[in-house]
Amino acid sequence: MVTLTHYLVLGAILFALSVFGIFMNRKNLIVMLMAIELMLLAVNMNFIAFSQFLGDSAGQIFVFFILTVAAAESAIGLAILVVLFRNLRSIAVEDLGSMKG
Amino acid sequence: MNPSSLNAWVATPEIFLLCSACIILIFDLFVSDSRKQVTYLLTLLVLALTAVLSIQSLQQGLALAESGASVARFAFSNMYVADPVADFAKIGMVLGVALVLVYGRGYATDRGILKGELFTLTLFSLLGMMVMASATNFLTLYVGLELLSLSIYALVALPRGAVKASEASMKYFVLGALASGMLLYGMSMLYGATGSLDVHEVASRISQQQYNPILLTFGMVFVVTGIGFKLGAVPFHMWVPDVYEGAPTLLAQLIGSAPKIAAFVFVLRLLGQALEQFGPIWGEMLIYLAIASLVLGNLAAIAQKNIKRMLAYSTISHMGFLLLGLAVHNSQGYSAAFFYAITYVVTTAAGFGILMLLSRSGFECENVDDFKGLNKRSPWFALMMLMVMFSMAGIPAFVGFFAKLSVLRALVAADAVWLAVVAVAFSLIGAFYYLRVVKVMYFDEPEGEQPAIAASADVRVLLSANCLLLLVLGIFPSQLLSSLSLAVKLTAAGVML
Repeated sequence: MVTLTHYLVLGAILFALSVFGIFMNRKNLIVMLMAIELMLLAVNMNFIAFSQFLGDSAGQIFVFFILTVAAAESAIGLAILVVLFRNLRSIAVEDLGSMKG
Repeated sequence: MNPSSLNAWVATPEIFLLCSACIILIFDLFVSDSRKQVTYLLTLLVLALTAVLSIQSLQQGLALAESGASVARFAFSNMYVADPVADFAKIGMVLGVALVLVYGRGYATDRGILKGELFTLTLFSLLGMMVMASATNFLTLYVGLELLSLSIYALVALPRGAVKASEASMKYFVLGALASGMLLYGMSMLYGATGSLDVHEVASRISQQQYNPILLTFGMVFVVTGIGFKLGAVPFHMWVPDVYEGAPTLLAQLIGSAPKIAAFVFVLRLLGQALEQFGPIWGEMLIYLAIASLVLGNLAAIAQKNIKRMLAYSTISHMGFLLLGLAVHNSQGYSAAFFYAITYVVTTAAGFGILMLLSRSGFECENVDDFKGLNKRSPWFALMMLMVMFSMAGIPAFVGFFAKLSVLRALVAADAVWLAVVAVAFSLIGAFYYLRVVKVMYFDEPEGEQPAIAASADVRVLLSANCLLLLVLGIFPSQLLSSLSLAVKLTAAGVML
């Protein structure tokens, strides 16, 4: 029997993975964008699980909004990435260091 | 559902702004690059009309209060509300955005970013802020926040050839998305704990003990973390200095001004209304964030040579004060924080306005040294900058002093005297770096030959009026302070009815 806790643990694992992906990753910005997407999906998992187990459909509607916003967000993220690559000729996280202090 | 139950007229300012932003988006396609002034004037007209509609909405609310009815007018099945706090916040945000465009026009022209995107994205970010101010459902809060953030990420990257701007935009994007993720994760936990997404419904279920305490605690921690990121409070502040430095100055002004009011109302709705019962718990979390922000913001600002970075750290410390007001979690604290947010917008707009006034094509006024001998070049604007710096430092007779004083009074009234002492001590340290700018302006010799200030008359007049307003509000603060605290009280009462 799959209970609410299982879904919540899955959501938490996905969320933790994505936070690690953002902070531990020093190589590639695209991986970072993927981690951000994963984070939103972890949240979606939570919302759907709660929605199902509470018997309330508002959570599922919220998921549709998150998916839509996530699409817009990755579009903007990739656009910024293209601009950055044109200027910097690199998409490595460690090259983002022109400002310090 | 019949259309009249949507009550859409309550959202007239937002609906008007949305339609006009779309019209400007289309209209701008037919305007040649050399005639962008037309789009500019049209945008200002839209902003003025939005302000008028918000003022009308405020008057309706006050009329309702006089007749003894509830001031909260709900729309879209309780997802959206117009109440005095929201209306006041909207007027402040429209003003903040209008100042960005007026001060930034010359600057943007010089740097080739006076394009249609600048106007439409600014209007959409304003729309996001207004939705945040009026949202009473986690869904609307989130959508408003994302509309604001996504527009600003794109705006920061507007100078496409600039390495710094695109880098700042990327950093802002990644950390902003992380913050949204945290916030959403918290919201999902709150939803799971209470079974509702509606701010007032969540509050009433919590007061009736119908919630899961473990999920709720998790949710609260994540929500506070997300808010900390968005406000730029220490230890979630890493993006603030880089974004301020890398972004074109007019967008640093946009990021540093109006969204702070939106963030205040956002925190008020999410923590102050939905999690009202847990005030002592999240209040304590906010206190830690606030102290860390005051300490780090003020100390790190001392070391800065770049004035935009200095203003970024100064923003962090100001956010510490704002959080202290919110952490008191009573209507006195909220009014103090609201006053702080609104006056901060006016002050910071003037500061960045002067930075852009001194910049010109090929020269970016961004170092403290660029202010050397400003008094010899332009005594009037040196005086104006002096007023801005004094107000930010919290020297009496300027509005910054009363903003800090009202927060301190709320702290003392809530028996948190030690916090008030910490806040005063670090404001004193902060006064050092504001006064250093004044010293550089008045007592240092100018470096090399600096041309005269070439700004159009409207910018000069408005900027001077803005700076003088800091003095006027500092001498007569009671009018604004009492209207804002009335708004906070009416809103709180409207919720209870």
